[in-house]
Amino acid sequence: MTEATDSEAPSARQRRRYFLLGARAGISIPGLILASAFVGFSGLAKDAGFTLVETLFMVAVIWALPAKVVLVGAVMSGASLGAAAFAVALSSVRLMPMVMALVPELRGTRTPRWVLYALSHFVAVTSWVLSMQQLPAVPRELRTTYYAGLALFLMAANMLVVAAVFAVAESLPEPVSAALLLLTPMYFLTSLWGSARERAGHVAMVLGLVLGPVFHVVSPRFDLVAAGVVGGGLAYAFHRLGRRKRTP
Amino acid sequence: MTFDAFDSWWWPFLFILLAGWLATDFWRYLGVYLGGHLAEDSDLLVLVRAVATALVAAVIGNLIVFPSGALADTAVALRIGAAAAGFVAYLFLGRRILVGILAAEAVLATGFLLGP
Repeated sequence: MTEATDSEAPSARQRRRYFLLGARAGISIPGLILASAFVGFSGLAKDAGFTLVETLFMVAVIWALPAKVVLVGAVMSGASLGAAAFAVALSSVRLMPMVMALVPELRGTRTPRWVLYALSHFVAVTSWVLSMQQLPAVPRELRTTYYAGLALFLMAANMLVVAAVFAVAESLPEPVSAALLLLTPMYFLTSLWGSARERAGHVAMVLGLVLGPVFHVVSPRFDLVAAGVVGGGLAYAFHRLGRRKRTP
Repeated sequence: MTFDAFDSWWWPFLFILLAGWLATDFWRYLGVYLGGHLAEDSDLLVLVRAVATALVAAVIGNLIVFPSGALADTAVALRIGAAAAGFVAYLFLGRRILVGILAAEAVLATGFLLGP
């Protein structure tokens, strides 16, 4: 790797090279798992009545998979615009600390603010995990270029996945489409458990799993928000209580 | 104003923009704006993460208990069994996401083979 010193601006050739290196980092195990999650998401969106164009639009403007799954879930349960937006917003607060952690890694000495805003749109779990791993090895002035390559590759590749699933979904035998629809819950069941930073995350997950269906029976239109606030609140209370016990 | 409220072609896109784009990029932009001012382990962020986790878990629970399409034709016990098997496989076989997914799909496939 040719080191660019912090003082000199990288050449167009270096930029192109690191853009492609970033794209190549997308071809990895996390990238493959993400693609399989997108296979599941496409089946889910199609089943919920979204068209191919609407689904691709969701991929482009939302990108984060949990937010898209929450939006589809809200639409499926007939939520109003306000309730759907509130549920998506609640599920996406975690993007803020992720961006806050990424920005210091990403920023070069001369990086304009708008570049950081533009690149922050591509922050989601997979691109974040991959970039936090790889960025320290990339010369600082080329990190935004590298990240742009990684992010755009992941988005473009998964748009192709969505289009491919929409093309074949009609002709799939029933067990295969059932298996497809099981992909999304399994992807999140495992990745959510693995990404929890503290015990409260695991408590919140178990509570949400149970409260979601319970609130769905009680009040389908507000089930997600209610389960999030009640489950998350209880998990947080557990977190506070646990800490108080440890520091008497 | 639900997703199906209007018949016009642009309504679903506006719905996605407002409930999807605005509700996600707001947090991303705020993250850039705030830079590194909030500590990762601050109590506010623990609460925020817990609510977000419970909310996404609620969606997962609903997708398993009240699914749509072809999955809706399977028995609820089979779906919960498949998900539980996948999760246990994930926990005890090296915490690999792919292992969890494959184990769940294997149980579902077995259920299909054995009939309803």
